Amino acid sequence: MDFLYKPWPWYVAGPLIGLTVPLLLLLGNKKLGISSTLRQICAACIPAHLPLLTYDWRRDSWNLVFALGLVIGGVLGGIVFANPNAVAISTSTVDYLKSQGLSDPHGLMPAELFNWSSLATMKGFIIMIAGGFLVGFGTRYARGCTSGHGILGLSALQWPSLVATASFFLGGILFSHFILPYIFAL
Amino acid sequence: MKNLKYLFVGIFFGLALTKGEAISWYRIQEMFRFEAFHMYGIFMTAVPVGALSLFLIRKLNLKTVGGDPIDMPVKTYRHGVIIGSLIFGFGWALTGACPGPLYAQIGSGSLVTVVTLTAAILGTWSYAYLQKYLPD
Repeated sequence: MDFLYKPWPWYVAGPLIGLTVPLLLLLGNKKLGISSTLRQICAACIPAHLPLLTYDWRRDSWNLVFALGLVIGGVLGGIVFANPNAVAISTSTVDYLKSQGLSDPHGLMPAELFNWSSLATMKGFIIMIAGGFLVGFGTRYARGCTSGHGILGLSALQWPSLVATASFFLGGILFSHFILPYIFAL
Repeated sequence: MKNLKYLFVGIFFGLALTKGEAISWYRIQEMFRFEAFHMYGIFMTAVPVGALSLFLIRKLNLKTVGGDPIDMPVKTYRHGVIIGSLIFGFGWALTGACPGPLYAQIGSGSLVTVVTLTAAILGTWSYAYLQKYLPD
């Protein structure tokens, strides 16, 4: 049981994440891809005659059920079998974040950045709302995210997915090194 | 109810993402700063497992449990793949989350991530709205 409470090392979590690909295919020829759920929600709520949002989203409703499963998986992993200790990131990252005015890690998410009252601050607005907007805008523009391109597309040896995954990382690396420090300073 | 099985696969995927700490904002900062192998290790093991499974499915000509044929995912290239991916990368660095982890973060107790998820839905809608004005 101890195994459930401890964080799982990469060589356990990675293969399990990879197994999601054949599980979905074998159960019903379904393709892993989470950013599609954002599109489905848009198509279900406000299609507004937009070409990208006018399709039979109900045919892919399995994906919304899958996303609900992700929430439950989060409850199990983050609350029921929560790691009692903070995420053990490297000391150099801790030192860097401290130099940017953050405290020692606590849990999986920095509550000092991600909380309701900081939504009204410039820093919180940029990190949570502008950040979320870019995630939704960019993944739809790229026609996929870390799961659809990064896991499934790469597993299927699709070179456009390799271009996508390299660009996800390039964007994230550039942003972390050159822009984020200015946002932390707000 | 025919979709119930996908709920369980979702729970499995969400649990692996959460216990593997791939949903942690801290882990994403560490990854983009190249200060640990952890996240790279996840990708470098997840992809070969996925690739080997796809290879076996094709090689053994496996069908779904319902007997339907399984077709292989095909991703087509457009320049938008690069533009969109870079934009997503910026958002990933800010929120510490890709779309999958957004859902799992909410479950793991970061309820305010509902706002981030809503912003992501709005971002998707905005792309759909602006699509005809943007390079493909």
